[in-house]
Amino acid sequence: MDYFLELFLGGLTRGSIYALIALGYTMVYGIIELINFAHGEIYMIGAFTGLIVISVLTMLGWNSIAIIVLAALIAMLYSAAYGFTIEKIAYKPLRGSQRLSALISAIGMSLFLQNYVLLAQTSNFLPYPNLVPTWDFLQPYEHIVRSTEMVIYIATALVMVLLTYLIKFTRMGKAMRAVAQDRDMSMLVGVDVNRVISFTFIIGSSIAALGGVLVASHIGQVNFYVGFIVGIKAFVAAVLGGIGSMPGAVLGSLVLGWTESFFTGYISSDYEDVFAFLFLVLILIFRPAGLLGRSDTDKV
Amino acid sequence: MLELQNVETFYGNIQALKSISLEIAQGEIVTLIGANGAGKSTTLMSISGIVPPRSGVILFEGQPIQGMPPNAIVSMGISQVPEGRRIFPYLTVLENLDMGAFLRDDKPEIKTDLDYIFELFPILAERRHQAGGTLSGGEQQMLAISRALMARPRLLLLDEPSLGLAPLVVKRIFEIVKKINSENNTTVFLVEQNANLALKTAHRGYVMENGRIIMADAADKLMVNEDVRKAYLGI
Repeated sequence: MDYFLELFLGGLTRGSIYALIALGYTMVYGIIELINFAHGEIYMIGAFTGLIVISVLTMLGWNSIAIIVLAALIAMLYSAAYGFTIEKIAYKPLRGSQRLSALISAIGMSLFLQNYVLLAQTSNFLPYPNLVPTWDFLQPYEHIVRSTEMVIYIATALVMVLLTYLIKFTRMGKAMRAVAQDRDMSMLVGVDVNRVISFTFIIGSSIAALGGVLVASHIGQVNFYVGFIVGIKAFVAAVLGGIGSMPGAVLGSLVLGWTESFFTGYISSDYEDVFAFLFLVLILIFRPAGLLGRSDTDKV
Repeated sequence: MLELQNVETFYGNIQALKSISLEIAQGEIVTLIGANGAGKSTTLMSISGIVPPRSGVILFEGQPIQGMPPNAIVSMGISQVPEGRRIFPYLTVLENLDMGAFLRDDKPEIKTDLDYIFELFPILAERRHQAGGTLSGGEQQMLAISRALMARPRLLLLDEPSLGLAPLVVKRIFEIVKKINSENNTTVFLVEQNANLALKTAHRGYVMENGRIIMADAADKLMVNEDVRKAYLGI
């Protein structure tokens, strides 16, 4: 039972991490029907920004909780600026041209950012200090769930609640849904679509950056390539849940996280990715729109 | 109120509007009739800024608006009910109406307008929490007009409000359009394929053919015009 619980919680951790990134993929796709392949790099840049802030503040002798909170906030702001800028220079000029052009631009942006960080930070894995304090009440369960994981669960849950509130009840959230459903019509009621798109990139990027800081703290190291791998997995999760659907992104992430965790735990850890992608193939054969996705036909 | 001077609009290399000029005065109902593909909808989309004209001038209350972003044009007081209604399918009726008032922040006044609309179309009040996409065609048309009214437009652009609706519903919609025009003094620019109905409703009319305006006159004069009768009224 302990082993099952360990795998379950391990899957929950993976799922939460994927969810923090998959939300950004799915939000951007919902608004402009673009797979933002540079999104994983935003996550990576978030992690690096966090590392820099942590190093500086540690040198200044700050309290560790203050450091991690501030590191996360600054990483979110910095990555939001990246997301905003990437949209403006790499995607906006291509709006209205073929979809493939923007997609290729996204791949180019992803490679550019990876190589830029590679040059700026070397290809080595850099150690990432874990500043999340060990909680006494978790002590007896340390072998099953660590306090960093607990923080990841809480952060993910919080993000989901705030995001749901934002989308459902705020003016900007309503505008986002309207643009996703009918862009021209939302212009006709006075929505400034450019602002909505920028806002979407800012929100998605800051969520990814939060994930970057937390995950790097949890794993204990970071390099320029981490965003690519996690990004691809989160993309799979978003497709699994139904790209464009936010509950779908979360569900897809959790399903993927648990699938990986249980298969590696009970069968073999050598085939982790094989199971994940096999699962994706099966879902796409039987439900091409994803678990909670809407097929394009009823989009009109 | 609205004046188009030599407006030319293109889709890529294809010219959809060829030097369109027309004029609408405050308080009028003006109709634009013509066959499919004549450029009627493009005219409205050019006014709204969705497909900006390549050349020409569009004046709204004396101010040039061509080249302005659509949201700025809406905020000046021009709302459009586009062809096919374009209801946000997954937003509720209430949220759709809310979107109509997107640029307003006078909450109590919005509430008053909402009550007015529910009085105009009681069915919408009944369905306020239903997703827009689940409404019937007639209800969607009512919702689309109401959504546009929520912006408190001074000029209402209506694109084919009769399309695909049962005759009884069409009659009701046109009564409402007349009512909006006379009660709120809202100027209406009505694009229609149903020329008979449009000319009965409007004060003046323009006839469009292949991207050009070929005729302009009072609605009752157009009704009895030999060419119009042959080409558009099927008599």
